Amino acid sequence: MIFSKEHIQSELEKVMDPEIPTISVVDLGIVTEIEFIAPAGARIQLTPTFSGCPALKILETMVKEQLESAGYSPVDVKTSFETQWNTNMISEKGLAALHKHGLAPPPRFEGYLELDVLSDTACPLCGSRNTEMRSMFGPTLCRSLHYCKNCLNGFESFKPVD
Amino acid sequence: MELTERHVEGLKELLYKMADDQLIIGHRNSEWTGLGPILEEDIAFSSMAQDKIGQSHALFELLNGLGENEPDIVAFTRNSNQFHNCQLVELPIGEYDFSLVRHFYFDHAEALRFEALMDSSFEPLSMIARKYKGEIKYHTLHADSWLKILAKGTEESFTRIQNNINEFFPHALGIFEQGDYEKELIEADIFIGEEALRTRWYEKISALLTSFGYSVPALDSATPIYGGRKGVHTPSLQPLLDEMTEVFSIDPTAEW
Repeated sequence: MIFSKEHIQSELEKVMDPEIPTISVVDLGIVTEIEFIAPAGARIQLTPTFSGCPALKILETMVKEQLESAGYSPVDVKTSFETQWNTNMISEKGLAALHKHGLAPPPRFEGYLELDVLSDTACPLCGSRNTEMRSMFGPTLCRSLHYCKNCLNGFESFKPVD
Repeated sequence: MELTERHVEGLKELLYKMADDQLIIGHRNSEWTGLGPILEEDIAFSSMAQDKIGQSHALFELLNGLGENEPDIVAFTRNSNQFHNCQLVELPIGEYDFSLVRHFYFDHAEALRFEALMDSSFEPLSMIARKYKGEIKYHTLHADSWLKILAKGTEESFTRIQNNINEFFPHALGIFEQGDYEKELIEADIFIGEEALRTRWYEKISALLTSFGYSVPALDSATPIYGGRKGVHTPSLQPLLDEMTEVFSIDPTAEW
């Protein structure tokens, strides 16, 4: 077993979001710091997606357990607002993973995010942009509700956040 | 600059009122869960409740770092006279028109407060403010959308919203009740102060309300309803706290 920063990263790629199991914490962009402390220690910093996200504490525990089961000790996992998460921090692989879970991925944005983009969301089922937003709040804090006027299906989108 | 004891007291006062506002409005928002006029609105108020309470938690954590008790203890073991929320947020949810207007008044004030705090010299608070801006943007957009829709709905929908705008304007001004440490917070660049915030807020809501077609209450004709920041509350707050803390009180030492 070779302990290293790269190895920690690859272990973290196995930790999936409890509510969207197709995306890892790394691809979600919430791992803001990885520190390897020889011989086998790890210090991880996470940043919350939404302040009120109930998955936050669970994620901390999942990250800790994953690294401990890979042999790391001691493992220190901390959540901090030092780096503020936004949806541009989701990797390309992460966007594809959201789509795979049936969610329209958040659009990339530059500078100030205009929420008008919500009414222009492509349907994850048929790809049409002939859609409308029904509610900017959905079943979890990170999702909005939409309706596709092309394939007549309701769908959810992962909300863009700046 | 070096923070004196009075700066720290001022910071605590600021954090307490923000955290209490969020906790109490969060609880009130959650009272729409299962009762919203349409499913999407039920979900919207429930989601905003979750955001607000999550945000208050981080503020209580900051207070904990400044020597105050742990978040759960602070949130669940105080009586109403120890709460520093403005009276606007503690009022019962009432009819949906009232809840929407309160939501509009409060969330614009909150959005501008956090926007100002993004430049706070107290770094832990500015980090949180930068975090919250993306979340609160959805709240103000939600409030704006409904006020706009209802202005163009029926005569009844317009009148109901306009009446609430007029009736609860003095309560809304109560958000900006000054504390004992305004000068210290301003000189240390921790916060711009309530007066400056009120000016920004009034400009913002005036422009929006006018654009939707409502009339805007005049600042000088209203007497602000103060007291909340000093622990003076309406009879509506204690029953809310009793309900909020009911489970916690059964066994405060329980592990969750």
